[in-house]
Amino acid sequence: MERTTLDLWVGMFVVAGVAALVVLALKVGNLSTYNVSETYQLEAYFSNIGGLKPQASIRSAGVLVGRVTKITLDTERYEAKVVMSIDKRYQFPKDTFANILTSGLLGEQYIGLMPGGDEKMLANGEELKKTQSAVVLEDLIGKFIYNKAESSEPAN
Amino acid sequence: MAIAKSLRAIGRRSVNAVWRTGYATRFLLLILFYSGTSFRRFHLTVKELFSSGVMSLIIIIVAGMFVGMVLGLQGYETLKRYGSESALGSLVALSLVRELGPVLAALLFASRAGSAMTAEIGLMKATEQISAMEMMAVNPIARVVAPRFWAGVISMPLLSALFSAMGVFGGFVVGVVLIGVDEGSFWSQMQGAVDFQHDVLNGVIKSVVFGVAVTAISLFEGYDAPPTAEGVSGATTRTVVQSSLAILVLDFILTAFMFRGD
Amino acid sequence: MSSQALVEIRDVNFAYDRRPILNGINMTFPRGKMIAIMGGSGCGKTTLFRLIGGAIKPTKGGVKIDGQIMHELDQKGLYEMRRKMGVLFQFGALFTDMSVFDNVAFQMREHTDLPEEIIRDLVMMKLHAVGLRGTHHLMPAELSGGMARRVALARTVALDPMLILYDEPFAGLDPISLTVVGNLIRRLNDALGATSVIVTHDVQESLKIVDYIYFIADGVIVAEGTPDEIHASDMPFVHQFVHGEMDGPVPFHYPGGRYNQDLGVRV
Repeated sequence: MERTTLDLWVGMFVVAGVAALVVLALKVGNLSTYNVSETYQLEAYFSNIGGLKPQASIRSAGVLVGRVTKITLDTERYEAKVVMSIDKRYQFPKDTFANILTSGLLGEQYIGLMPGGDEKMLANGEELKKTQSAVVLEDLIGKFIYNKAESSEPAN
Repeated sequence: MAIAKSLRAIGRRSVNAVWRTGYATRFLLLILFYSGTSFRRFHLTVKELFSSGVMSLIIIIVAGMFVGMVLGLQGYETLKRYGSESALGSLVALSLVRELGPVLAALLFASRAGSAMTAEIGLMKATEQISAMEMMAVNPIARVVAPRFWAGVISMPLLSALFSAMGVFGGFVVGVVLIGVDEGSFWSQMQGAVDFQHDVLNGVIKSVVFGVAVTAISLFEGYDAPPTAEGVSGATTRTVVQSSLAILVLDFILTAFMFRGD
Repeated sequence: MSSQALVEIRDVNFAYDRRPILNGINMTFPRGKMIAIMGGSGCGKTTLFRLIGGAIKPTKGGVKIDGQIMHELDQKGLYEMRRKMGVLFQFGALFTDMSVFDNVAFQMREHTDLPEEIIRDLVMMKLHAVGLRGTHHLMPAELSGGMARRVALARTVALDPMLILYDEPFAGLDPISLTVVGNLIRRLNDALGATSVIVTHDVQESLKIVDYIYFIADGVIVAEGTPDEIHASDMPFVHQFVHGEMDGPVPFHYPGGRYNQDLGVRV
């Protein structure tokens, strides 16, 4: 085969392969929502994170603003320490409330940020003081049964 | 007596296996050492990119498409029971990008391009073309083997990406166009679940590793084949068997490292 | 005298594992001559051939080409030496994935920086010399056996080597191709002023073209001489070989046990 035809075919092959990679990255994957722009780190302590995982999304008013980067157990407080990276474009007040929420009844868990009214903004590496742990379904059910039993006692 | 005999057989086999592994490793190092020519005279590699990459396109595209369609069909049937048909997109995409794309593309590549490489090099050896090259003071590893190696290593991630992309398209056709899953939630669920670094990039890394393994095995088997008709056909069979096993074992190891714990 | 000799083989021994193949071989190939090395199948001809090419090392003795001992050269020196050598393999060993033109141009492209136009002229000249200029665009698979051998010959002499080795150049050729190839080998040798070594068992054809002949059997030289001397020789081995007799010093039967024992017949 002529070398030019060969080059043409191989060129087309490489372009198609790279295009497929780009499609996988942008259309299938979440590279388009990746904030290539800079991020800053925030920390928060939770007494129970439930099923939260690294890479879980962080939303405020439903808008994706960042991702969980690291989850460790702090052995001094025996609480889960969650490190989040937040898009630099979004600043949050010092008294922002961090909540572990679930999308849908059994869906993925994510962190919801509810901004307070403080004038000062959180800087890189600072801690979100106000947190609420994940709602653990078993606890909920357990509490419900306990309440039921308690409330039915006086009737006896 | 019988025990001694079987012990001896085991011993001989183990020694052989170790010896061959060492020999193959040395061969791979030689390829890397003599790789300069493949890039200085890149048209040598381009020629091999044609025979390993372009010639595998059809089978990769068709196979990827059908695998995606089957995933769409089966995934829908299963997800419907839990009322989460909208998660079809993420199911199809995750299974393709993480596992099926790299693994199936590599298996197809091994039987399509790998076996051809083995047969070609084996025949070149059997018809003394390799010796002739050596006697012409041209290093056959630099001139014949290394360009094929790099062509395989470059082709593999591209083919695997094409496979996955075609698979997602196949899943889309079956799920959205034929069955009628909501198009918006199909894509958004997919984008929500597939992470670029964690899933797409790891899939690419897998396919590069498979590319190295498959081409190295194919070229070694061809170069090491006894210069007879049975020798070459035996080597071709060994290429497909060993490559397939290597792909599956490596896939397990890589998956264990990449996706453990989270 | 030794300045005249291109190749000197001194007391070469070679053994695979512990099985001896060659035993105390001494040969001298003067410049400009054609030498044939003959012997039955499996007598060590090909081993000797590989020793001259530097593909294997002798267990004892050495091969000296153009003043250098082959097995003492490093990879670079060996490749340097091989550029001055041409080798024609048994069935030509043309590169099946390249056209006839690219086959002949192969060494020029690998070893020289000649511009493509000059390479084109050189390739055409070489192909013309073997009478196959018209086949330059064909693939090796499209050539007949005799034509493939001639293309391989053109490729062998592409860089005008000083020493040309032929491994069974006549094997598997029809009588016409055989004569053509035989004459070509002689003509090319004389035109290039090269030294040729032909390893063959085709007695009649080589007796016509070579200057000197060595006979090898069981790893030793059993006879040597010019074609006339060989024709006139009454040594039993040479006689059997030249005339192709079935039995003689080279036995028809491979050594075995007693025939009646193998058949299970008691006498």
